[in-house]
Amino acid sequence: MSDPIQIKGLREGLLVTLGDGPWEEIAAALLQRVTDQPAFFQGARLALDIGAHELRVVELSALRDQLSERGMTLWAILSESPTTEQTAQNLGMATRISKPRPEDARPVFEAPAENVALWVHQTVRSGTRIEFAGPVVVLGDVNPGGEIMAGGSVIVWGRLRGVVHAGAQGDEKAVVCALDLAPTQLRIAAEIAVSPQRSGKSHPEIACLRDGQIVAELWQAS
Amino acid sequence: MTAKIITITSGKGGVGKTTAVANIAVSLAARGQKVVCIDGDIGLRNLDVVLGLENRIVYDLVDVIEGRCRLRQAMIRDKRLPELHLIPAAQTRDKSAVSPSDMIRLGDELREECDWVIIDSPAGIERGFRNAIAAADKVLVMTNPEVSAVRDADRVVGLLDADEKGPASLIINRLNITMVKRGDMLAVEDVLELLAIELIGIVPEDEGVIVASNRGTPLALDPKSRAGLAFQNIARRILGEEIPFLDLENHNLLQRIFTGRKTT
Ligand SMILES: Nc1ncnc2c1ncn2[C@@H]1O[C@H](COP(=O)(O)OP(=O)(O)OP(=O)(O)O)[C@@H](O)[C@H]1O
Ligand SMILES: [Mg+2]
Repeated sequence: MSDPIQIKGLREGLLVTLGDGPWEEIAAALLQRVTDQPAFFQGARLALDIGAHELRVVELSALRDQLSERGMTLWAILSESPTTEQTAQNLGMATRISKPRPEDARPVFEAPAENVALWVHQTVRSGTRIEFAGPVVVLGDVNPGGEIMAGGSVIVWGRLRGVVHAGAQGDEKAVVCALDLAPTQLRIAAEIAVSPQRSGKSHPEIACLRDGQIVAELWQAS
Repeated sequence: MTAKIITITSGKGGVGKTTAVANIAVSLAARGQKVVCIDGDIGLRNLDVVLGLENRIVYDLVDVIEGRCRLRQAMIRDKRLPELHLIPAAQTRDKSAVSPSDMIRLGDELREECDWVIIDSPAGIERGFRNAIAAADKVLVMTNPEVSAVRDADRVVGLLDADEKGPASLIINRLNITMVKRGDMLAVEDVLELLAIELIGIVPEDEGVIVASNRGTPLALDPKSRAGLAFQNIARRILGEEIPFLDLENHNLLQRIFTGRKTT
């Protein structure tokens, strides 16, 4: 049987790849390994590749706390499961590491089915980063310090004050709309803009690329 | 007795958490509630100083957790307010001496001992913060009306939601009306609009707070102090009373905020 736990060194710390099987057993095996080799793990920053396991907040935060009790910081989660990725992002963990494993040629974005948008029904608060290959719809605000990276367009039914990158893979047709468009920084494809100082009342606005420049105009029924 | 456990945290340091824990605990104890406060800032203890109990420390939080003393031995009883107790932090250890599960166990034990447990969290979002919120039934997030403090509070509110410790309530401390009017400080309205959580207290900037902390006599009991009154009002809201907010600002403004926006 192959070892269910594989460990590799990374620039950012250790990358631990967990095998399949019931989650409780895998998590217990990991904790056992860590307890058996305290000198090796003490103070380490861990990125966990948990494959297809679907984890909810209770499971992931429990593991994080148990690792933290043993002197480790769980900073990143790599997973094939969107649920798990979302959980990790909600807990403020990274879901990408800068150097993917060489054998893993997984593109930064996996192409989703066409016209599938990510639905975010909460305020994107400071320290939260949402990444999605397609369009993203937020019902809530995007606060300063919050970030959205989308392969497609971004619609914010609320105040947009954080950082948004639409068309992150180069789609110049991507747009960004918000009820109050006042981002810290706005990017569409390869262009970057900062919000102009605005006075007076805010209106729903839509930003798009025109002749290589990001322009914003009133967002209204046409 | 089944105590409720409240943690005060902030993200950014120095916004007034320790001051708030001391003053809210004193206000609750003065109303006959049995209160135990815990200094969760291990290695940088100072709740004992603000409460004026520094010279009575024998055992601390880490002693309880590591089994060197019984829980009651580490609970220092305040001589002025017999219902007020403090479990001090260890000064010579660091945060790794305590784990979130230790705090949950301690919290469960304390629930039988009192009406309220109030935990002072260290700044930051790391281990010490995790320890401080682990046992909490309710978290109060504190901020100053200042962009960087509000940004950190926002981060903390998000982390609390993700950990299913939300919804948190908000205390805005050190509000200076003169500065708000000049446009040099964020107004209550600006802070609430961004954080979108329930407001439980607005405490004005008040030099008396610093004087009282240095003396070790929290000013919550001084009937002439505006800041003291604000802390007392927080305690009363915790007890479920409906207390209007101090008229520090234009009153209509506040009413509009409370009726106009629901938290998410
Ligand atoms: N409303 C207020 N008016 C004036 N000074 C205040 C007020 N609240 C707190 N202070 C002062 O601010 C300083 C920091 O307060 P305090 O130690 O309570 O903050 P803290 O959040 O616990 O800090 P830390 O993150 O370091 O634990 C103290 O000197 C305190 O007296
Ligand atoms: Mg403090």
